[in-house]
Amino acid sequence: MTPPDETPPRPTIPKTEISQGFWDAVAEGRLAIQRCAACGLLRHYPQLRCPACHAPDSDWQTVSGRGHVHSYTVSHRAFHPAWKDQVPYVIATIELEEGVRMVCDLLDADPETIAIGQAVEVRFEDLPGQGPVPRFEVINGRDRG
Amino acid sequence: MTSLASLRDKTAIVGLGQTPFTRGTDLTTLGLHLEAAHEAIADAGLTPADIDGVMPNELAGTIAEDFILELGLPNLAFSSTIRTGGASFVSAIQSAALAVAAGVATNVLLVAGRRGYSAQRVSKTSEGAIAPHPVMRQIDEFERPFGNTVAAQWFAQAARRHMHEYGTTSEDFGHIAVAVRGHANLNPRALMHEKTMTLEQHQASPFISDPLRLFDCSLESDGATALVITSAERAKDAPKAGVPILGVGEGHGDPPTSITQKRDLTRIEGLERAAERAYAMAGLGPDEIDCAQIYDGFTWIVLASLEACGFCAPGEGGGFVRDGRIALGGALPVNTSGGLLSEGHCSGANLVSEAVRQLRREVEPARQVPDCERVLVTGEGDFHEGAALILGDAR
Repeated sequence: MTPPDETPPRPTIPKTEISQGFWDAVAEGRLAIQRCAACGLLRHYPQLRCPACHAPDSDWQTVSGRGHVHSYTVSHRAFHPAWKDQVPYVIATIELEEGVRMVCDLLDADPETIAIGQAVEVRFEDLPGQGPVPRFEVINGRDRG
Repeated sequence: MTSLASLRDKTAIVGLGQTPFTRGTDLTTLGLHLEAAHEAIADAGLTPADIDGVMPNELAGTIAEDFILELGLPNLAFSSTIRTGGASFVSAIQSAALAVAAGVATNVLLVAGRRGYSAQRVSKTSEGAIAPHPVMRQIDEFERPFGNTVAAQWFAQAARRHMHEYGTTSEDFGHIAVAVRGHANLNPRALMHEKTMTLEQHQASPFISDPLRLFDCSLESDGATALVITSAERAKDAPKAGVPILGVGEGHGDPPTSITQKRDLTRIEGLERAAERAYAMAGLGPDEIDCAQIYDGFTWIVLASLEACGFCAPGEGGGFVRDGRIALGGALPVNTSGGLLSEGHCSGANLVSEAVRQLRREVEPARQVPDCERVLVTGEGDFHEGAALILGDAR
């Protein structure tokens, strides 16, 4: 194992004002998605107005944190040095039960058996350089150690 | 209601300039652009003083003032930059045609190209690789910090979903890579001119981001391409036969953000919409296209673009590209220069230059598509935004 202090930190997150509610919830250990205050449409990534009903107001709905792999790739190169000890690793597009999609690396997923449809669930971690972030882990997936 | 046909055949490409494609250059990006621009202007039988419109390319980061200063343009009347990444150059041709047809400008110069090898390598840099872009802000906040860093990873997920839904295979991607490499082997301009590729070699090439292998990825190269567009009327006075713009269109994805957010990852909806408009403007359909120059940042994009442009139904691209159909001599030769996969990646502009050369009969005899009268060119960028162009026989 590489000592933690030798792995470069993951990229810092350039958080935007419009996403404040998302990151505030993450800091509390919740996954919250922007919701149109007028028509209730959930939307991710956050944006200023509802693309469906054009209303300007929105709030943040706490969601289940459960979802499945909509698509994925197994990356065989570290495109950022923070992943240099993980090759090959899985990057997945997660579709939440509520219908919106998020992206996360699945470091506990087996690159040989990962598949579209794999169930995943959110967990929260406090990472060097990033602070509190939502991560996803496979449910009943094999532990790669 | 719009009447797209009103722009059909009103404008033409009369000048083409291009630097060699290299891996390494002593020139700056603007220096490459100026070399290509001077060649295009001379090819059109014009001088810089005749240029009154310029469309710098988003990915190069150049602006109109660069060209006013360095080319000595005395009275620029029109400038604009389209920001749809790899689709920008083909999309810009729509704006140039509009400006000329409306009389806002007489001779519009378009220039694109980067130091994609020497300065801005998309495979090496996880941030700031190309000009900053609003959509990238979302990716910088919600994808790159989670490891989804480079284009190969983004398009790999679209390709994977296509494989899942339609049974598309890595071998299907291989047929595309091998066909266009065969074309590059006939093209002395191509970076891969001397290097052959078999399907076995494609299948043995290492994964970059599964399912995309090394040979599914386009080249990183230095170089620039420039065009001059003028009216069909003035094109008659040009030293070379003008290449008429029969149809052109742009289209956008839904939503116009990251690939991971697309309603349908497997379809390049922006290109579907662009192609529909280009066909409508030209009064033509896919069956009437003699060859296609398809934006091939990755092999999968070719497969999905053939579907988007109506050459086959969604999901049938894998079967379509087999049996030599897209090779020279096949029913629809694709990327007859070697394309971005095997000639060089000039921000997609070298697909347009190849179309112009085919229609001018300026390519090597072995690469010339027989009776080539209508060529479709596509652009794809910023995650399934699209642009389509139909050029006609030079006359």
